[in-house]
Amino acid sequence: MENREVRLGGFGGQGVILAGMILGRAKSIFEDKYATLTQDFGPEARGGAASCAVILSDDPILYPNVFNPDVLLAMSQGALDKYIDGLQKGGTLVIEEDLVKVGDIDPSIKVFACPATRFAEEIGRKIVLNIVMYGFLVAVSGLVSEEIARKGVEASIPSGTEKLNFAAFEKGYQYGIEQKEKLG
Amino acid sequence: MKADPKRVLSGNHFINGNHSATEGAIAAGCTFAAGYPITPSTEIVERIASRFPRVGGMFVQMEDEIASSICLQGGVWSGRKAMTVTSGPGMSLMMEHVGLAQITETPCVFINVQRAGPSTGLPTKTAQADMMQAKWGSHGDYEAIALSPSSPQECFDYTIDCFNLAEEYRMPVFLMSDEMTGHMTEKVVIPPADEIELVERQFYTGSDKYLPYKREANGIPLMSKAGLGHHYHITGLTHDERGYPVLTKPVQEKMMTGLMKKVGDNVDKLTRYEEFMMEDADIALVSYGISFRMAYKAMEMAREKGIKVGLLRMITCWPFPEKPIRELAQKVKSMIMVELNYGQMFLEMDRFSNKYCETDLCGSSGGEVHEPEEILTKILEAAKK
Repeated sequence: MENREVRLGGFGGQGVILAGMILGRAKSIFEDKYATLTQDFGPEARGGAASCAVILSDDPILYPNVFNPDVLLAMSQGALDKYIDGLQKGGTLVIEEDLVKVGDIDPSIKVFACPATRFAEEIGRKIVLNIVMYGFLVAVSGLVSEEIARKGVEASIPSGTEKLNFAAFEKGYQYGIEQKEKLG
Repeated sequence: MKADPKRVLSGNHFINGNHSATEGAIAAGCTFAAGYPITPSTEIVERIASRFPRVGGMFVQMEDEIASSICLQGGVWSGRKAMTVTSGPGMSLMMEHVGLAQITETPCVFINVQRAGPSTGLPTKTAQADMMQAKWGSHGDYEAIALSPSSPQECFDYTIDCFNLAEEYRMPVFLMSDEMTGHMTEKVVIPPADEIELVERQFYTGSDKYLPYKREANGIPLMSKAGLGHHYHITGLTHDERGYPVLTKPVQEKMMTGLMKKVGDNVDKLTRYEEFMMEDADIALVSYGISFRMAYKAMEMAREKGIKVGLLRMITCWPFPEKPIRELAQKVKSMIMVELNYGQMFLEMDRFSNKYCETDLCGSSGGEVHEPEEILTKILEAAKK
């Protein structure tokens, strides 16, 4: 049985929750396994911060909370600072390279950085930075396969935006594969 | 009757429990809702407001919960299936009209997405502390029907069941959801419309004078609706078969007997529960709603330690599954209720089981779901006795 836990955090408007939704949708609907997504509500979700957690499993999920994920995606410094202590030893940290600085962290943690906002701007629209980041996350973490991940994107975007979103996904995914090879 | 395909979003969805409950209501044929948005149930009214106009429904945002809970009953008497949605503070305000729906035998659905109380408490955090309110919150005697979902999928399924039960028994029915279940996002499979069975309202079609409270052989009176040409009276006062107030003990007794018996005589049929790993168990966890999932996890952890634990999960909390609980109490040495309150359904479990076995509560102030380890600790204590 495989059980992976991911925390995604950033600023409101970056689309981190949508990235989490796409991941959960990919796993539960297109891989036909199980995913549970929980969000922070209330005062902790105000002030510009946005965060969600996704559990991906081959078996039905009972306990829905995530305190010690094995993957943390931080798209803002605030998200990194808030959630880094919860990341498991040997876990994977994925950051937006231009927005997040990693300080002293456990040496067992593998860090992958992607300039997703810059890539999104190059593709043509900054709004797809979450899809770039999602592609990158999937490539470095192997949470779901490329094919499944792409189906998740396809099912989650407004029609007419496929070209833009697939380009964003492709860019993030390819960069992720490169970075993964580079870092061994 | 089958659901209307135009109202059913058949397919696989990744949506939260609140949105799923809304889709359940729409699939069930609900075309009228009145509500006053309150966290953590707001996503339901948001989706109702967005979806209802597209499927021939109407949503009214009222000035408060008191108005919502009476408005929806007007909708019902005009012939529609109707519901309202709220959380604890709103439920407290609606209690007067829960009683009205009981005495007027108005079929309707109340969805309570529970949060921690008392009063405004923790608006964004979970609890299961309105369970007794669902049964006893309005004054006077009445029977209640309440279902507890533990996942977005069950929010869809059980909302349909709530509407069916409301129509079948002509009474208000509660979906006792909670913040965690409502806000959690999981896969929800919405079946094709022709796989969804609906109970439709039984209207009086005879040519004699319509008597709105004349019980049929099954104990349920037939309804009418505005426009069918019947003249009748609906009142919160004690009434006879014509619906007119008659303020005497014999009429009160006849009316109350009818109200109590329509549920009381059908408890076995209404009771729904599931049992897990009970074959060899000598400790039984009992739980419902979201807490059932943590109890299941704790059961797995205890089984790994070689402790023989089973789990009874209540789907209907009201009427309370008295018979299976009493039978279970005679088979095991200890029963533990797992719930997010200070012991509400525990009191019910305890009174049917403490004659036969040890009973204990794994309760909570609410705010978060149980850590499975907390439940495991209770299991280990019970195993030592």
